[in-house]
Amino acid sequence: MADEEVILLDFWGSMFGMRVRIALAEKGIKYEYKEEDLWNKSTLLVEMNPIHKRIPVLIHNGKSICESLIIVQYVDEVWHGKAPLLPSDPYQRAHARFWADVVDDKMYDAGKNVWATKGEDQEAANKVFFDTLKLLEAELGDKPYFGGDSFGFVDVALIPYYSWFHAYETFGNFSIEAECPKLIAWAKRCTEKESVSKSLADENKICEFVSQLRNKFGIE
Amino acid sequence: MAESDLALIGAWQSPFVLRARVALNIKNLQYVFHEETFGNKSELLLKSNPVHKKIPVLLHSGKSICESLIIVEYIDEVWSSSGHAILPSDPYGRAIARFWAAYIDEKFFPSLRSIAVVQDEAGKKAAVEQVITGISLLEKAFGESSKGKPFFGGDHIGYLDIAFGGMLGWIKVTETIAGLKLIDPETTPQLAQWAEKFIHDPAVSGVFPDIGTLTEYSKVVIAKLRGSAGAK
Repeated sequence: MADEEVILLDFWGSMFGMRVRIALAEKGIKYEYKEEDLWNKSTLLVEMNPIHKRIPVLIHNGKSICESLIIVQYVDEVWHGKAPLLPSDPYQRAHARFWADVVDDKMYDAGKNVWATKGEDQEAANKVFFDTLKLLEAELGDKPYFGGDSFGFVDVALIPYYSWFHAYETFGNFSIEAECPKLIAWAKRCTEKESVSKSLADENKICEFVSQLRNKFGIE
Repeated sequence: MAESDLALIGAWQSPFVLRARVALNIKNLQYVFHEETFGNKSELLLKSNPVHKKIPVLLHSGKSICESLIIVEYIDEVWSSSGHAILPSDPYGRAIARFWAAYIDEKFFPSLRSIAVVQDEAGKKAAVEQVITGISLLEKAFGESSKGKPFFGGDHIGYLDIAFGGMLGWIKVTETIAGLKLIDPETTPQLAQWAEKFIHDPAVSGVFPDIGTLTEYSKVVIAKLRGSAGAK
């Protein structure tokens, strides 16, 4: 559709922004990417997301859609002809929404607490982190993707965190592959898709970014 | 329509369970209601929702569906030709409804709950401010969403009516316990009118909790939650 105007307000390292990038890439949608400085938010961002003032925000023909999983569902519904992300069966859809919610509920804090803490607090954080990954790995089971045979909604929700794994491993001092080999195999399978590999941030840049955050918050 | 393989695990006091019950009523569905006792989770609940162990859980033909808003969408999709549509038909309308429902769950409800439970003055004040802000945002959202009609969903109760309407019992209880006016004809005229219409709607009136009973119940719960917080 040549007359569609699609703009994404995003931050290069955001796993939430990456979800939207992947969805747009899966659907082959051309869009304008606008990088936000999270410490100096643009007037456009504040105007388009006045409630939360956070990225990602999708602006489609002048209307803003906020919250990453809501945006992904919106993209899936508007551009429904190609690469469906949610299944068509209502129970499978409910199941996918449930597990995407589990990712939202648990992953961000679990990961953050790994790099944002030290000593005993970090030991506790590491345990919660692996409990979360193992819960997700059990749900994946022997399927190639969380969506079954094809890449879907839950895969989109979780795969951006893979770009942060190197940072979690570095600062948490552990190996994710050693504990959750199936999950790593799944992640590598996902990154073979161009929509994913082009959307994920570079893991070394993320690691450097986290190091800066740790300095900023006095964690080192 | 009688569905012998449809059941809901819930409790009369829960705003989240109320959401599921209103959706089931909109679609004229018969179901078995398994009432849970606060503080004593049944085997059925633990088996049906092992990840969160929370109500509501919808049981349909041997499958369990968890999380109130996910249940509402599921009901709307499975019984799409019964009653009226719950989700808006256009993707943008759906995105807006889902946005406000997520706001209610992430920001509004935790603050509402805090007002009664939190004991320090600063915490309570912050919670009250968050709730008042939320209600004024939703008053504005109502105007935009309803476009002059009685509900967020237009002529009929829709997804956002259900998401927010489920909270009305606890909003009223909080007003009584904390001496606040939250939804009020003077400050939030649209929501005040909407609340009355919602509570008296045929899909809601039979399942909406009695406010007196809910207020008494809340005093017991608050005492328990404060007691356990103090013991930490």
